[in-house]
Amino acid sequence: MNGSVTTLKRSQPSTGKIFIHVVFIALCVASLFPFLVIIGTSFQSENDIVKFGYSVIPKNFTFDAYRVILHEPKVLFQSYFVTIATTVIGSIVGMWVTTTYAYAISRKDYRFRSFLAFFIFFTMLFHGGMVPSYILMVKWLGLKNNILALILPYLISGWFVLLMKGFLQTIPEAVIESAKIDGAGELRIFAQIVIPISKPALATLGLFFALQYWNDWWLTLLYVEHDNLMKLQYLLIRVLKNMEYLNSAEAIQYGLVKPGMLVPSLSARMAMCILAAGPMLLVFPLFQKYFVQGLTVGSVKG
Amino acid sequence: MIRAIKKNFGLSMLALPGFLLIILFNYVPLYGMLLPFKSYRYNLGIWNSPWVGFDNFGFLFNGDVLYRVLRNTLLYNMTFIVLGTALSVTIALLLYELSRRFVKAYQTILFIPYFISWVVAGFAFRSLFDMDYGVINRLLVSLGEEPILWYSDPKYWPYILVAAAVWKGLGYGSVIYYAALMGIDSEYYDAAKIDGASKFRQAISISVPMIKPIVIMMVILQIGSICYSDFGLFYNVTLNSSLLYKTTDVIDTFVYRSLIDMGDIGMASAAGFFQSIVGFCLVLATNFIVKKINPENSLF
Repeated sequence: MNGSVTTLKRSQPSTGKIFIHVVFIALCVASLFPFLVIIGTSFQSENDIVKFGYSVIPKNFTFDAYRVILHEPKVLFQSYFVTIATTVIGSIVGMWVTTTYAYAISRKDYRFRSFLAFFIFFTMLFHGGMVPSYILMVKWLGLKNNILALILPYLISGWFVLLMKGFLQTIPEAVIESAKIDGAGELRIFAQIVIPISKPALATLGLFFALQYWNDWWLTLLYVEHDNLMKLQYLLIRVLKNMEYLNSAEAIQYGLVKPGMLVPSLSARMAMCILAAGPMLLVFPLFQKYFVQGLTVGSVKG
Repeated sequence: MIRAIKKNFGLSMLALPGFLLIILFNYVPLYGMLLPFKSYRYNLGIWNSPWVGFDNFGFLFNGDVLYRVLRNTLLYNMTFIVLGTALSVTIALLLYELSRRFVKAYQTILFIPYFISWVVAGFAFRSLFDMDYGVINRLLVSLGEEPILWYSDPKYWPYILVAAAVWKGLGYGSVIYYAALMGIDSEYYDAAKIDGASKFRQAISISVPMIKPIVIMMVILQIGSICYSDFGLFYNVTLNSSLLYKTTDVIDTFVYRSLIDMGDIGMASAAGFFQSIVGFCLVLATNFIVKKINPENSLF
């Protein structure tokens, strides 16, 4: 009896805690609401949208929008293929070059560590800018309309190296010393000792790489003109523009669309957003448990 | 000597691929910084194109564009740095008070906007602000108010863009600081509890000072890119509407238009040059000031 009273008392949260929960619930609603509108609208019929506007709960549930998009799936699938290929290759190669570099500058006994640390750090403070990079890619490397243009520029970046270095610095020196005494080479130490204990950081890094490549449209916008090399997010921009075009006066005038026929462009846009963003949002929870551990930003100094 | 080379060889080999990529993509383009002083001819290349001195910087004296673009860039970035940092730290401190279970749930949800591209985010915002079908205008109409022409009136955009940036970045920012808070030795809090310090007091006197070095590092780095903007935000969320340029045009969108739409490499590279130099000077200045106040917090 006495015991149950104390538990009851203990489980009673303080006003401060309740206030914090209210703040977070409000923030969560704010961060999810626009997505719910997108999802809801993608299942709405065109007439309902015109009548009631975008909304979270569709009045009449319909797959029309998805049917229109998947009617000619060749372009969409090609674009999924380009996006998945660049994401997988870019993430794997990017993780390798970033982690090896960060590992070298995290080792206190490495002679060139301060030079290499400065070398990457400087790139965070001083950039050549958009135009020189454009000329490098297009003129000097000749990578216009080449899939490498969608991969190479993002492989290594100061911020990711810094994140990895922050984590790798926490590996006790004794672990590496003892492997050295056993006669292991640097590559073996890296592959067999450092990589396995860096799992949380690698999971975080991998997620950031995947995110960066999956969500990229900028490189397509700059370097790709061929339709068969379009990344998903860029296709989204194109589709959105074209759909507005299909419901315009010119489209009717040129006989692309019969007068009175309404292409479900409003809901199709939203459906397209779901198809483009969905896979990333499904992958994220798998990585989440490593997040806080992996995101320890180390000091840049030293 | 030979031993020294041999000793460092393995690690150097590991770092080599990254090193080469950094040279190629970060240092080689620096050569292109000659471009603003050249009249670029595609067939001649950078070096052989004729020198033109400061002609390309003419836009700098075309007061209107410069003023608009520079003001927008700096004001937005300063707002993002101040507001973004303050909110991220606050959220991290609040999360720190909660049990793991709630932290995980809240973090997951707040992180979701970070995981979508600006293209999709642009549509998320459009679903709210669309002039005909958007949630907000429909709500206004149902309340008997006039709908607002969001996408043709620049005056609303400073608020919308700041909201969009915070909406998308809060989850990430708060996790960085939350991770830093997790690294604090719990003994400090135990000692404070014995002294009878309130939660608020503990946050102000222990948590904030302990994460200060990371906050300062993040702020200095952000100041380094104060002349750069998140292109996706300003291009996609505004639907690149030229009616809104008064409050939405930033250096990056201006450079992009000069380069891709107008093909004016001279002006685009001059604006980029300006961005690099000003940004770099600002980092040096900030770091200098921080160092003067407290050498331990400076970045280099």
